[in-house]
Amino acid sequence: MEFKFFYHFGNFLLMLKGMFSRPENMKMYWKQFMQQCVDIGVGSFGIVFIISLFMGGVTTLQTAYQLVSPIIPKSTIAQVVRDTIILEFAPTLTCIVLAGVIGSKIASELGNMRISEQIDALEIMGINTKGYLIAPKIMAAVLMIPVLVAIAGFLGIWGGKEAGELSGIISSEQFMQGLRQEFKAYNVFFAMAKSYTFGFIIASVSAYYGYNVTGGALEIGKASTTAVVVSCVLILFMDYALTAILL
Amino acid sequence: MIELQDIRKGFGDKEILKGVSTIMEPGKVNLIIGASGSGKTVMMKCIVGLMGVDEGKVLYDKQDFTAMDEKEKKVIRQEIGMLFQGSALFDSMTVEQNVMFPLEMFGKGTLKEKKARVAECLERVQLKEAAKKFPAEISGGMKKRVGIARAIVLNPKYLFCDEPNSGLDPQTSLLIDKLITELTQEYNITTVINTHDMNTVMESGDHIVYMYQGQKQWEGSNKDIVFSKDQKLNDFIFASEFLREAKEMRQLELFKDGKWREQLKKEQGEQ
Repeated sequence: MEFKFFYHFGNFLLMLKGMFSRPENMKMYWKQFMQQCVDIGVGSFGIVFIISLFMGGVTTLQTAYQLVSPIIPKSTIAQVVRDTIILEFAPTLTCIVLAGVIGSKIASELGNMRISEQIDALEIMGINTKGYLIAPKIMAAVLMIPVLVAIAGFLGIWGGKEAGELSGIISSEQFMQGLRQEFKAYNVFFAMAKSYTFGFIIASVSAYYGYNVTGGALEIGKASTTAVVVSCVLILFMDYALTAILL
Repeated sequence: MIELQDIRKGFGDKEILKGVSTIMEPGKVNLIIGASGSGKTVMMKCIVGLMGVDEGKVLYDKQDFTAMDEKEKKVIRQEIGMLFQGSALFDSMTVEQNVMFPLEMFGKGTLKEKKARVAECLERVQLKEAAKKFPAEISGGMKKRVGIARAIVLNPKYLFCDEPNSGLDPQTSLLIDKLITELTQEYNITTVINTHDMNTVMESGDHIVYMYQGQKQWEGSNKDIVFSKDQKLNDFIFASEFLREAKEMRQLELFKDGKWREQLKKEQGEQ
């Protein structure tokens, strides 16, 4: 088992090393990067929008359910919602969902290209396929996933506010007041640090499994599943590690 | 010209290529034939550099490809065009964009010049009307022709075709063979084809290498093949009763043409 881990880890590092070479045509690489930004950023916005709103709403309702003491001001609900969303839900939950959406897409796309010899065709042309196919995906994920996490944070808090108001638990003014209380900008930095790390994990791990597919259609499916599972486990592990280090 | 010098390749304990040497000349259609598992696909992958060789050399115009670093290999690779068995077209691009891709990546000149070159290549393979279609919208034969157009767009010196006729009807197969042969002669390309197709062997095989269990069993042209006394080659090529009869008819034709004299001289020379 440990040998397989080292085998994959070594190959993964070699893949990352292989990405660094002078682009054959910078314009084409840029085009590919922009395409990936659109696929990852715009393509995942819908799901991020939905989960963030409900995530915020549910957090407000559950926090209110637990804070029953009359001596705790209602604005505390907003404080708890804000910190829970910024510290954990926006970066981690969003990235777990994105690991499924983006990770499986990257793994299956590259796996299909491998099986249908499209990667071989690029190699024959003299193109560094790791540089042309994988590097833009990783860079786009590292750029766009923090943006999606930031949007998820805003939408989550907004969803929380709306849910609180609709259910009559907390008024909009009380919620806004709570949001401003004891706000730590460092928490946003922490969330961004996590989202950069998770973005890298999602794109690179999925690309690794997709790029190295051998066999047929069944193996593409297996590679996608493995990519998502491994990405999720690594996200959770790194979530713990970063929390222990940075907080 | 491509020269193979005693190339060997194995996977684990199994040796797939057991020391193959041959010379593939420009302007000729060079065929690699053999049964499944005889090592012809591995041989082609070793020649184009998709796999490294364990021993031996692959020389492109006297330059040792196997000893080159990645940067040097890239230069050679830009002179290589390859048609894959499944065509390997980029799904997300139209036919025109597929053919344009190598030009965009490596080609010099203005966009107008590049578009003109793409149109010329599509015209050459008679696919101008399919320029705006996606690979999923065209037939297998058309995909192969797009693959050929993409392979020749940068005016390659070497053209590799991996089973260009697989999955095609006989008429389309002949069309593809004719196209490859014409392009080879027109641009003096060193063409290497990996095939099972007997029509290709008999019609286009200027130089044929028959692989058997990882070794070069026989080498010659499509004229020589009908006179070959190699039992393994004959069992492979003329496998059916129909093909054996066709071989006899071809021998008769060649005798009528007087080509038997050349063959007789050749055999006497060998003795």
